[in-house]
Amino acid sequence: MQLTKEKLLEMYKTMLRIRTFEMKAVELFAAGKLPGFVHLYAGEEAVATGVSASLEDKDFITSTHRGHGHLIAKGGKIDLMMAELFGRTTGYCKGKGGSMHIADVDLGILGANGIVGAGQPIATGAAFACKYKKTDAVAVCFFGDGASNRGTFHESLNMASIWKLPVIFVVENNMWGISNNQKNHMNVADISDRAAAYGMPGVTVDGNDVIAVCEAAAEAIARARKGDGPSLIECKTWRHRGHFEGDPAIYKKPEEQEAWLKKDPIPRLGAKLVELKYATQADLDKIKADIEAEVEAAVKFAETSPIPSPADVLTDVYAD
Amino acid sequence: MKQMTYAEAIRDGMRVEMKRDPNVYLYGEDVGMFGGCFGVTAGLFEEFGPERVLDTPISETAIVGSAVGAAAAGLRPIAEIMFVDFMGVCMDELLNNAAKMRYMFGGKAKLPMVVRTPCGAGMSAAAQHSQSLEAWFTHIPGLKVVMPGTPADGKGLMAAAIRDDNPVIFIEHKQLLGVSGDVPEGEYVVPIGKADVKREGSDVTIVAWSWMLQKALAAAETLAQEGINAEVLDPRTLVPLDKEAILKSVGKTGKLIIVHEAVRTSGFGGEIAALVAEEGFDLLDAPIKRVTAPDTPIPFAPVLEAAYLPSEEKIVSAVKELF
Repeated sequence: MQLTKEKLLEMYKTMLRIRTFEMKAVELFAAGKLPGFVHLYAGEEAVATGVSASLEDKDFITSTHRGHGHLIAKGGKIDLMMAELFGRTTGYCKGKGGSMHIADVDLGILGANGIVGAGQPIATGAAFACKYKKTDAVAVCFFGDGASNRGTFHESLNMASIWKLPVIFVVENNMWGISNNQKNHMNVADISDRAAAYGMPGVTVDGNDVIAVCEAAAEAIARARKGDGPSLIECKTWRHRGHFEGDPAIYKKPEEQEAWLKKDPIPRLGAKLVELKYATQADLDKIKADIEAEVEAAVKFAETSPIPSPADVLTDVYAD
Repeated sequence: MKQMTYAEAIRDGMRVEMKRDPNVYLYGEDVGMFGGCFGVTAGLFEEFGPERVLDTPISETAIVGSAVGAAAAGLRPIAEIMFVDFMGVCMDELLNNAAKMRYMFGGKAKLPMVVRTPCGAGMSAAAQHSQSLEAWFTHIPGLKVVMPGTPADGKGLMAAAIRDDNPVIFIEHKQLLGVSGDVPEGEYVVPIGKADVKREGSDVTIVAWSWMLQKALAAAETLAQEGINAEVLDPRTLVPLDKEAILKSVGKTGKLIIVHEAVRTSGFGGEIAALVAEEGFDLLDAPIKRVTAPDTPIPFAPVLEAAYLPSEEKIVSAVKELF
């Protein structure tokens, strides 16, 4: 698969936008400006970005508690996201959801989700709708290694397979279910091996290589669009930070953390862009400055947005 | 009007709505050619074909979870869970996703989905196939809970549930499936949230739903012979609850008995009693009474199950204690 200069630059910007948004969230959270808790995607940006590169607005995704990356990669607007993190009325959920429940149904984003594994049957149902309505849209389900141990995983992959649904199950194997290492929570090295049990293709890719993710996802998405059914893609990756902000992640060995930081997907693609002469370092610096300005604008939008009225607690429970 | 059983009426409600809206589809365990474990979906597979009537694997979690995704993506699923007792298997999908997505997303999602499921004892099906779990669902804001007690209400409420833009738990009673009654033909909708006075009376209000409605009506006839004129009110839907109709009836009679087949503690009868105590205390001239199952699992042996179930006799004697 030959990725164009434009596509590679777009993916670089997307990954950097996710990282910049999240590092700003870290700063704001530490300053006590964001209520609740935040789970960061930092380090895993290549997965959401590489997969979403082949998605269109009509396609659906389900996300996780670690959802900022999926939302941004699928086209979510960072000002509305930031306002939601602040709990403001202008946020994606009018301040009713917070980081773990951001959604944009019009963009096919069926929500971040606070229940590990909950997205699997939801994505399966969205894919059912795509097939039922005979559109060529697909659904992508992002989830982690921990969620691949849920019963939802088994039921959803089986159902998707028997009905040949256009759904791509993307497992972001960051090797940790909170503090529990993969070695302790499953007895297989490659989660993609589990695909065989459902009669669907399963592949493992370097989840810190956005090009590898993009190629594997493009193939699976094309297969789903043609009506050939679901796939499982395992992306091996690493979360740079703790499970949530405030988790010191003492369970990670410093040498492992260091080795993975060297495989950071963003400088990796940056170096490739320079090597291919698609960008100069000055171009990359300009991209960084532009994205930082975008994020600053999002923070300003959020901070100057109204806080909800207490009466709002009672609205939006039922549709009329 | 046509004579139909409760099962036929519910099926007719689904059939009419499936004809009316191509986005409505039906799926669940053995609902296809087999016609459903209790025969409620018989003939729909033949009529609508395998794209709209689908047998699923034994995967309650994926059935309800995928209904959430399909509804969010624009379809109107009717999912059957073979027994209400199996709802524990898919409770997370209802509790944390179906019920909350609209609110969590700031009102920007619609989840038009119906989960049909049979409840109830009376066939020696024992503790895992006989329960009445409606109170569970009423405790989850975001869900609607519908429990028809007659064939006509079964049809009309099914249509309303399918047309509703919210997740609706539609609980059918196994003992009512063969009960016949007059049912309107063609499109027929009973609004969700409207109670119905099934028998007018002046001396005591009996609130009962589902199978217990039939028991309450029978008890009312016995009581009439003894000079007590009972009003029998069927809320038909527990969420939303027609509070006004209950208060109005109690205002007329001054006495309230609530009958439900579910166990007593934290049963929905407690909620109705609290409503009347809070908003209608002055209307009462006697203590509120509940006739319910005891706080035990449901036994197997017929004599034990009969002892467990609220009955016409138990309702009659509870009413008499108020006079």
